[in-house]
Order: sequence, then C-alpha cells, then structure tokens
Amino acid sequence: MHLMDFIRTEAILPDLKATTARGAVEEMVAALVKAKAVAADQHRKVVEAILRREKKGTTGFGNGVAIPHAKHAGVKGVVGIVALSRAGIEFAALDSQPVHLFFLLLSNPDQPEEHLKAMEHIFRSIKNDPLRRFMCQSSSQEELVDLLREADETLK
Amino acid sequence: MTPTARATKEKDAVATREVKIVNRLGLHARPAMQFVETANRFLCHVTVHKGKQKVCGKSLMEMMMLAATAGTVLRLEAEGEDAAKCLEALARLVNEKFHED
Repeated sequence: MHLMDFIRTEAILPDLKATTARGAVEEMVAALVKAKAVAADQHRKVVEAILRREKKGTTGFGNGVAIPHAKHAGVKGVVGIVALSRAGIEFAALDSQPVHLFFLLLSNPDQPEEHLKAMEHIFRSIKNDPLRRFMCQSSSQEELVDLLREADETLK
Repeated sequence: MTPTARATKEKDAVATREVKIVNRLGLHARPAMQFVETANRFLCHVTVHKGKQKVCGKSLMEMMMLAATAGTVLRLEAEGEDAAKCLEALARLVNEKFHED
C-alpha cells in the first residue's frame, strides 16, 4: 500500500478556512463528498463519528499533526484526505500545540488491516522531520501531491 | 532518558516475552496509546519486535509503524530494573484486548 492509494489527491485542501476542530472536520469531509468518496447525505454522520472518536482520545499526536478518523461502511478499504491550516487549529493535541497538518481517514469497518496499513504509512511519513516540515509549508495541492509521491518512493 | 539509564546501570535485568494481538481491530491508535502509556510507567527500555522490524515500545509513532493486525505475534523485550513487571503489565493489556471487542 502507498499513501497515493488511499489519499484522494483531488480533495486535498492546502488552505483550510476553518478555525475550530469541528469546522476543520466538516470542511475535510465536505471535500471528500465533493470528490464523491462519501455520499452527500452521509456528511453529518461521518463528521459526528469522527468527533466522537476524538472524544475518546485525541488523534493530535504532536508535532502539529492530527489523524482524525472513523469507520464508515460506505467506503471500500480506506479513503483519506490531507489538509493544511496555516493558522493552526486547537485540536487537544498530546503536546498541546495547534495542528497544521491533517490526515483524515475513513475505513471500512470490516477491513481493520487496511486501516492499520494506512496508519503505518502516515506515521512513517510524519516521522520524517524534513518531509513533515515540507508538507506543513506547502502552499498548493500540487506541492502536497509531489511530497506524498516522494514519501511513497523514499520511505519504503 | 536518565532515569532509565540509571536503572539499567543499577541492575541489568532483561526480560522477554511473546504476545499475540487478539483484539479484532489490531494495534490501532487507541490500543497503541495504551501500550505506550503503560510502557512509560516503567523505567526500563522496551523494544518491540515484529519479525525483523524492531521499534521502541515507548514511542507511539514507532508502535503505529508496526501495523500489527489481529493474530500478529510480537516479541517484547525489556531491559532495566523493572523489566519483568513492565512486560507483565504489557502482556496483560494485550491479552485483555486493550479492553475493547
């Protein structure tokens, strides 16, 4: 599996408008709806599932990165999106720092192994300091796609 | 890691143990966090092996890179004064399915 296998590149948001955790999640799920990865009438349900999961324990794992996620029967395997917030969003992160880089994931409840593999790839890429910094500093969808592709090629 | 280093110096106890991931969803974020939190309550170094892959059991990022699905066997290795107690606690957590399922 590669990042590019589950990240909907056309849905990438290089400049989130939202200023709150809920707003950011709504905006990201809306982008997945626009990319037809999530049915329009499922938007609210998906947003609530993700926020419920956050309440059980933050996915703001530190270094300005969060990986909000939920199970969603409407997807095959795993579907994800990358989003950037220039201002940073308060996401109750483990290190109490605002989150700038989001990887939002939706996984089919019957394919937990696909979810684990996707998480492995995300952690592999954000653990790489230069790569993470470049991603946080990207200013366009194209730049982020290039970095994801680079991550797939170099972090095997 | 000074306390850990000190503990190791005082007593170079080493413990190893194999555990099998038995919860259906595998070692996803919440279980991995519980694992890391438990490991961090002890002074010993904790290394987790999955086949040839080897990571620090006190680092969430590294633990997530194991992608340990249900059925995966992990070899836990601890080094330091409280190594045995630490592996006991970690094995219990894994066997109790991280309180999920």
